[in-house]
Amino acid sequence: MAFEAVIGLEVHAQLATGSKIFCPCPAKFGAAPNENTCPVCTGMPGVLPVLNRRAVEFAIRTALATSCKVQERSVFARKNYFYPDLPKAYQISQYELPLAVCGHIDIEANGTSRRIGITRIHLEEDAGKLVHAGAFAGAQTSLADLNRCSVPLMEIVSEPDLRTPEEGGAYLRRLRDILVYLEVCDGNMEEGSFRCDANVSVRPKGRKEFGTRAELKNMNSFRNVEKALEHEIRRQIGVIEDGGAVVQETRLWDADAGVTVSMRGKEEAHDYRYFPDPDLLPLHVDAAWVEELGKTIPELPGEKVARLSSRYGIPRYDAELLSSSRMLADIFEASVAAFGGNPKVTANECIQWKEAIVTGRLPPETIAHVVEDRETGTISATASKTLVEMAIETGKPVRQIRDEKGLTQVSDAGALEAIVTKIIAGNPKEVESYRAGKAGLLSFFVGQVMKETRGKANPRVVQEVLKAKLE
Amino acid sequence: MAITREEVLQVARLARLALSPAEVDKMKEQLGSILSYIRQLDRLDTSGVVPTSHAIEMGTPFRDDSVEPFGQKEEILKNAPDREEDFFRVPRIIED
Amino acid sequence: MAGIPVHAWTLIEAARAIRDKEISSRELTRALLSRIERIDPKIHGYITVLPETAMREAAVCDEELAGGHTRGPLHGVPVALKDIFCTKGVRTTCASRILDNFDPPYNATVTKKLREAGAVLLGKHNMDEFAMGSSTETSRLGPTRNPWATDRIPGGSSGGTAAAVAAGTCFAGVGTDTGGSIRQPASLCGVVGMKPTYGRVSRYGMIAFASSLDQGGPIARSVPDAAVVLAVIAGHDRRDSTSVDIPVPDFLAATERDVKGMRVGLPREYFAGGLDASVRESVERALKALLSRGAQAVEISLPHTEFALSTYYIIAPAEASSNLARYDGVRYGFRADGGTGLIEMMSRTRGEGFGAEVKRRIMIGTYVLSAGYYEAYYGKAQKVRTLLRRDFTEAFSGVDVILTPTAPTPAFRIGEKVDDPLTMYLSDIYTIPCNLAGIPGISVPCGMSPDGLPIGAQLLGKHFDEEALFAAAAAIEREIPLPRLAPLEE
Repeated sequence: MAFEAVIGLEVHAQLATGSKIFCPCPAKFGAAPNENTCPVCTGMPGVLPVLNRRAVEFAIRTALATSCKVQERSVFARKNYFYPDLPKAYQISQYELPLAVCGHIDIEANGTSRRIGITRIHLEEDAGKLVHAGAFAGAQTSLADLNRCSVPLMEIVSEPDLRTPEEGGAYLRRLRDILVYLEVCDGNMEEGSFRCDANVSVRPKGRKEFGTRAELKNMNSFRNVEKALEHEIRRQIGVIEDGGAVVQETRLWDADAGVTVSMRGKEEAHDYRYFPDPDLLPLHVDAAWVEELGKTIPELPGEKVARLSSRYGIPRYDAELLSSSRMLADIFEASVAAFGGNPKVTANECIQWKEAIVTGRLPPETIAHVVEDRETGTISATASKTLVEMAIETGKPVRQIRDEKGLTQVSDAGALEAIVTKIIAGNPKEVESYRAGKAGLLSFFVGQVMKETRGKANPRVVQEVLKAKLE
Repeated sequence: MAITREEVLQVARLARLALSPAEVDKMKEQLGSILSYIRQLDRLDTSGVVPTSHAIEMGTPFRDDSVEPFGQKEEILKNAPDREEDFFRVPRIIED
Repeated sequence: MAGIPVHAWTLIEAARAIRDKEISSRELTRALLSRIERIDPKIHGYITVLPETAMREAAVCDEELAGGHTRGPLHGVPVALKDIFCTKGVRTTCASRILDNFDPPYNATVTKKLREAGAVLLGKHNMDEFAMGSSTETSRLGPTRNPWATDRIPGGSSGGTAAAVAAGTCFAGVGTDTGGSIRQPASLCGVVGMKPTYGRVSRYGMIAFASSLDQGGPIARSVPDAAVVLAVIAGHDRRDSTSVDIPVPDFLAATERDVKGMRVGLPREYFAGGLDASVRESVERALKALLSRGAQAVEISLPHTEFALSTYYIIAPAEASSNLARYDGVRYGFRADGGTGLIEMMSRTRGEGFGAEVKRRIMIGTYVLSAGYYEAYYGKAQKVRTLLRRDFTEAFSGVDVILTPTAPTPAFRIGEKVDDPLTMYLSDIYTIPCNLAGIPGISVPCGMSPDGLPIGAQLLGKHFDEEALFAAAAAIEREIPLPRLAPLEE
């Protein structure tokens, strides 16, 4: 029997606002324990929440960028449960009436294009962190750090439209890129600003009803999501083929062992008793506000990939790499504009130095200048790499470094003639062997010229001049 | 309207309330009569009535995204029943 | 004011005497502190008294005055707060073991506003635990006694405040009202108490019981006093998303307003047969007082009244069960000893830290919100709430204020109703609908029972029309002068 998988992904994205969602504490990462707290986010008796407008803006823009319908009226609800990292013993979230519904993201995976539905987008607050005291399992206590409490989160739930782990990965990457483009989230799975849980089930191919699904948690990278999905799909198929039934449960991904582990029995059935939060009135978002925010949506990754590959004739794979960051794509296009040439060369260069570009450590004209200098033979390929590394390190313009360090190579044939003549004159035996047929000796001569010029000669030009002179 | 002992214990667990056996019995009796009384609402036809989910009919107000650190960490920690440096300390969750 | 002891002055008289330098804030404060020392043991209105800080604050007020500077209308006047308002540096307990030694890291907006108006804080008043009760018998610190008859309840949950005001141990107090907790004790203690419109007074720092119903409000010995205090504590607060941004009217001026032509609604559902005779008689006196000043009586109906209690006892416990979940022994308050592991710690903390009434309401609230029951209970109650609000909206299209009894009977004996929660809940039948609709309500003394126990009349108004209530209540007060100070001295 052939099976197909049905996958839905639930993403929690930390919003890059300055302050928290319901209080003016810094929403920053990495402070000392309980440094970024106040009576409101620590749930002191008598405190009340006040909504951060920017968090709403970020969510509206995300909704627009994913073609969702922004609801004019949405309601904050309390999700009630007890845990030491949840100070009010309820999380303010949205339940029956979320901010946005019914959108989609288009992805490419395994050579096919697919449209993945988005069920809903809503706002909620993050919880704190519980650290287990002592490195050993016998520790009797846990320590609560509430810094992260009330950092704004946006929950994005996909329809169960994904069918393979690759599609899952593609969806996540595309969604992350969209959020980073909009500058609403820094999209870092390892640091926890972009988190993913998965719902997975399998069914015989062709069947309409969904099978029983398991919820997967604890996947902290895109690759781990794909691996976890792969494993879980195989596991479920195995269970069914063995005559068993898949149980509805939560399973944790164990990256070291490469398996999902059941949490059943450890997690009690939660009755969250959702009800509208009486401390927050309904969220009203009017059409005028939505329209105004619509104007701030930049060209999105999907559009950019298509446009870069068609306009510059570069492979789609390269266009996707370039589009993974707006800054990278912008530098690419600006570099091509500054110096015509073959965009593929510029693309390769941008991709090679991607890390430095997206972290803002590469002065903007660097790529354009080194590509141009290489094309004109002003610098060698080796020098190019060195120059870029130095530009990153010092922040200086690359042509300035080139001149300071004297890394221009001599490409003028005329200038090299004298040296070539000298080398030929100084190595009569080799000249004779070469002329007798030992073509491999050409590299010896090239080497000699390079030595003589202390590496500054353009080897290609040297070769041509040598060949001409040796005939 | 009877509420069973089972239900009382379930609700008490959901609410994290440890009740003595005597309390459970009393709660069963008192909750039962209160719940019976409030079922009187069933007599009312409320089809088509919009629920009042909020006391006021206006949209929630906003605050600007400006950072104002509270800056008094010790005030936040001073009432902690148990603490380790600047953390709140609690017993571990027992996994059974 | 010769011959009248200072503690018997009204708040307005005290404020004026200080401003005119007839008496210093220190003298006034000292007088009240010594009265508290003498009298409060008989009634137990206070949980915390602040003799040193009060005298220090009074000294500062006197200095400022000497320098020609007054902070506001309460400059130098000693007042006190129900122990539900956060006061930084002063323990705030909600009369619960679970907050026994809680020192708030911040001040409630109400606290701040009183200070900004120049008031001196004498202490914190006793109350029903977490404001859940109608008799101040659920306080962990023991009951407050009605100063008019110390074997009787003062009402609740702001019983400590009402009793303290009636005993002359503060010039005014601020209480809270979720289902009648300002109005009912005011009625039972023979003083004035007002619950303003929902959204009029900031709830920031007012420890929450039922968020969509709670409001803070004044308790004082005269209607103008209550108006002055409300003007100080009212106003938009950006820290409270449910606080409404509208200007604070001149409430004091409203107490001088004419009630000629005012249409007074009399809901038949509130005057049904079986109403206590002395209550009926007293409220009729209040009506006559208004009519004699040119008001008109209009018979109205609030047809869904009989369903208000059930609606309230679904919505209030539901919100409370969520609001009180934060008391889990982790960050503040009581934490139980013994037990193994986190869940046991939390359960024992809450089991031992909360009293019986609080636990009962948390259980009801948790039940009505739980899966499978939400629609039948909470969902249903929200719809009935809409019907109750509509009753008032329709009634107010034909009347300006509504007159009703405040409490069904005068004060009953301490211990009389503690064992039957439902009977206790029925004490609030007249006051509850007002909170569900969010409208303002005031109780003003209008009579005495044959036993010499105070009886109050309740007036209800349109949203944000406290002025009409002040006008009508002041008219009643002028027509029916009654002693406002309980005769506690032997």
